[in-house]
Amino acid sequence: MPLSMIAVIVLALGAIAFAAARSKARLFKPVGTERLHSRPNYHAAHMLLWVVVPALIFVAMWSFVAPRLINQSILTSPAASELPPPGIERDAVLNEIRDLATGKLEVSFNPAAEQLAPVYRDARDHYTILGGIAAALLAYAGGGYAWTRLRREFRARNRVERAVMVVLVAASLIAIFTTFGIVISLLFESLLFFQKVSPAEFFFSLEWSPQTAMRADQVGSSGAFGAVPLFWGTIFIGAIIAMIVAIPLGLMSAIYLTQYARPRFRAWMKPLLEMLAGVPTVVYGYFAALTVAPAIRDAATWAGIPGASSESALAAGVVMGVMIIPFVSSMADDSLAAVPQAMKDGSLALGATPSETIRRVLVPAALPGVVGGVLLAVSRAIGETMIVVMAAGMAANLTLNPFATVTTVTTQIVALLTGDQEFDSAKTLAAFALGLTLLIVTLILNIIALRVVKKYREAYE
Amino acid sequence: MASHKMSARDVNVFYGEKQAIRNVSIDVDKENVTAFIGPSGCGKSTFLRTLNRMNDTVVGCRTEGRIELDGEDIYASEMDVVLLRARVGMVFQKPNPFPKSIYENIAYGPRIHGLAENKSAMDHVVETSLHRAGLWNEVKDRLQESGTALSGGQQQRLCIARAIAVDPEVILMDEPCSALDPIATAKIEELITELRGRFAIVIVTHNMQQAARVSQRTAFFHLGELVEYGATADIFTNPTQTRTQDYITGRYG
Ligand SMILES: Nc1ncnc2c1ncn2[C@@H]1O[C@H](COP(=O)(O)OP(=O)(O)OP(=O)(O)O)[C@@H](O)[C@H]1O
Ligand SMILES: [Mg+2]
Repeated sequence: MPLSMIAVIVLALGAIAFAAARSKARLFKPVGTERLHSRPNYHAAHMLLWVVVPALIFVAMWSFVAPRLINQSILTSPAASELPPPGIERDAVLNEIRDLATGKLEVSFNPAAEQLAPVYRDARDHYTILGGIAAALLAYAGGGYAWTRLRREFRARNRVERAVMVVLVAASLIAIFTTFGIVISLLFESLLFFQKVSPAEFFFSLEWSPQTAMRADQVGSSGAFGAVPLFWGTIFIGAIIAMIVAIPLGLMSAIYLTQYARPRFRAWMKPLLEMLAGVPTVVYGYFAALTVAPAIRDAATWAGIPGASSESALAAGVVMGVMIIPFVSSMADDSLAAVPQAMKDGSLALGATPSETIRRVLVPAALPGVVGGVLLAVSRAIGETMIVVMAAGMAANLTLNPFATVTTVTTQIVALLTGDQEFDSAKTLAAFALGLTLLIVTLILNIIALRVVKKYREAYE
Repeated sequence: MASHKMSARDVNVFYGEKQAIRNVSIDVDKENVTAFIGPSGCGKSTFLRTLNRMNDTVVGCRTEGRIELDGEDIYASEMDVVLLRARVGMVFQKPNPFPKSIYENIAYGPRIHGLAENKSAMDHVVETSLHRAGLWNEVKDRLQESGTALSGGQQQRLCIARAIAVDPEVILMDEPCSALDPIATAKIEELITELRGRFAIVIVTHNMQQAARVSQRTAFFHLGELVEYGATADIFTNPTQTRTQDYITGRYG
């Protein structure tokens, strides 16, 4: 009987308890003019919580503890003396034992596994039954406690409300802890990397060629981990070329939509523009690699520009810029719309034309919001992966030529982690260091952007 | 007999299907302050805004009839609305300085109309305008500070100075004191009195005493119609229409 069965049983007990508590609570009658504090459903929900929550928490914890206990009993059984010493090999045998016992594996490779499979099965049944009994006891205990409190005056509603709040808090904490978890795991792997490669080399050296020797006698692959060309490529594509495309187009379309477009047209156009943000990035990637990049290369070769490549910074940057337009335009749209009509009227009443009003009053007033939008867009652009993987190329070039191929942080992370890897080589670990750098930079950009936007909002309230 | 700066004939204004102004004909004097009074929603602002075509910016707003500025039809197709608004300035109910420095707030209009050749000419325009608006002494040491950092009354005088800076012929004011305290209000009233003669002034107000204090001509609007128009003294002491009398004596409004 697997643990999930136990959970189902606990829930069934909860349902019974709910029904029982409700029918009892229905009999409560108000005394005099005083109203009932909690309606029957609240009493029942309180009951349900006490039956289900402690037992389910126990089941969840048990599902972590039980496998360890099972392993423990395998290792202490007499036949375990034939197992290899702790390490990868022993883990492999333990996996084999489990697969044999659960029927995933028909034949064993390891004689010890064959012997130990029944031990595994016994231990598993033993601990599952133990867990089941404990869960049931907890459910009864919780239910019993709640039952003793099931009285007319009991303020079940407040308790249930508090439980709901706890659930909501827990949900938001999960998101926060996940972020922390990501940062910590990245940090950990990055520290391993920086033991092998000095931070000075990583952040300041200009050469990137992460192929390290697999065997000592291999030649020509000493590995160089200077990430500057990647940082440059990322900035060149995401913060320069993409923004040269996205800022004017986004801003102008926002101006058009807020100031000139008729409401009916705006109602159509705005969602359409925002749809650009919903196009899967891999589709942009195709477009960049198959349509834009060759066109740019042909044009550049025709114009006689040296170093034109079929994977160019320009192609990736332009397409990324198009992808980013909605970010810029929707932020600009919001902040333009937030500029009071009175400000506009004041300018028009002085005889300014609509475009003078936009240029001299609206845009300056909306600027902080626009800047915030642009910063968010940049942080989105430098973290963008698919477009650059497909269109930017792999060569780590430190170049100002937008027609040449460059590579980015995200592209290299993908390159470093795909294929067969040793998980403790500098090459693999470099991916984490890159990821951490990217994460920190985007985090900072986001914080600044939110600050700017918030400050701006206050200015008009 | 005062000469007419603006005259309106049979003006009708519609917001979509709804008519906000019915057959209004009125002359605005060059040397006098004209007050528009009337209960809320009677169309004072709407009519005021037809005088510099600010209603053009309202989607669905339509104006019929003839309005002349020095004998020129301001709704004629040859009339350039940008130039019209430079000649007929406007001050709004809520002070609306631009989020720029005091200096830039004033320089804004002259700059877009090319009224100052160079920096010193602009300095001169800024100083005169602030002087005329009675604000110079209060702000002369802080011209680079933001206009939004001034007090409400100062902001409103800044907006008046801003309107003066483009050297208009008419200044329209829509309840310029309704967001101000009594002291700031008194200052604005004093200012209006000083500006009289240099500019034709039209002021919308809900404050009967204010109309009596600052204006020489008063127009009483009701339900989109012009009920009575005449010398302020006559309107307040000796109205010919019962509706005017009821309003002035506070029977409704
Ligand atoms: N933008 C608009 N769209 C539609 N109707 C409007 C608009 N502005 C004003 N109106 C209507 O036109 C009529 C006159 O409004 P207006 O603002 O001119 O009145 P008012 O006399 O200035 O009132 P108040 O003293 O409250 O400022 C009102 O019935 C109002 O509802
Ligand atoms: Mg009004």
